[in-house]
Amino acid sequence: MKELVETIAKAIVDQPEMVRVNQVEGEKSVILEVTVADDDMGKIIGKQGRIARAIRTVVKAAATKEGKKVIVDIQES
Amino acid sequence: MDSIKQEGRTVEEAVALALEKLGITREEAEVEVIDEGSKGIFGLIGGKNAVVRVKVKVDPVKIGKEFLDNLFANMPLDEVTVEVVSEETDDKQVFYNIKCPDLGIVIGHRGETLDALQYLTSLVVNKATEKYYRVLLDAEGYRERRKQTLERLANKLAKKALSTGRKVMLEPMPPHERRIIHMTLRGDDRVTTYSEGREPYRRVMIVAESQPDN
Repeated sequence: MKELVETIAKAIVDQPEMVRVNQVEGEKSVILEVTVADDDMGKIIGKQGRIARAIRTVVKAAATKEGKKVIVDIQES
Repeated sequence: MDSIKQEGRTVEEAVALALEKLGITREEAEVEVIDEGSKGIFGLIGGKNAVVRVKVKVDPVKIGKEFLDNLFANMPLDEVTVEVVSEETDDKQVFYNIKCPDLGIVIGHRGETLDALQYLTSLVVNKATEKYYRVLLDAEGYRERRKQTLERLANKLAKKALSTGRKVMLEPMPPHERRIIHMTLRGDDRVTTYSEGREPYRRVMIVAESQPDN
């Protein structure tokens, strides 16, 4: 899951080397904390959160097979 | 975007050197001549080197496919194949078809996963290119099947609006699906359609026109 979010994030930002994804395992859920360069925040969130929503939709689809809830948390660096 | 500036005694030599450094062929490159250079008097005094800028040509089709291949490699799905539909691909749009035994996961509820993948691929492709390309994603004919379903739905609900005289509210849909509803009923003078609400909850309304004559 972590790699999936990394792949997507790195492809859409201007500074892929600044992309970090930290995976926190919970009992029933996995939290993926994403940080990007300050200037790339808009690139990963999008207008009215459209890009963030698309990423979450794809991650949710990937998680259906594993039966775990995955939360994508985009954090300010 | 990979590009380098290269000097050489002649333009041809500079281009050849640049191609070698970038590890690409002439067909894969865009060349801009910055300075043609000059031989100088008798080829001895005052000669100037040629300077060129050589850029790796961006191939939108390849960029999109690489992105999708990478993405699917990191999804727990079996045997995903991304193929370029060449009949639908030109200098304005790129069309991919996804094949996978887990088609339901790739498509998602009402196509939401397919739409999300399409949107992300479009971002990646258009980030790399100067021109805008429309990026379309299909999963083994899903789009066409969905279009037919929506057309049937539009006609059925138009009838309902007419028979009840009330406006009919459809479920929230993405823009291209709403467009199919509008287009289907455009030719029908007895009803009008419009959309209401904010994305992603925007939905089509079908209203029966009042009949002034009777």
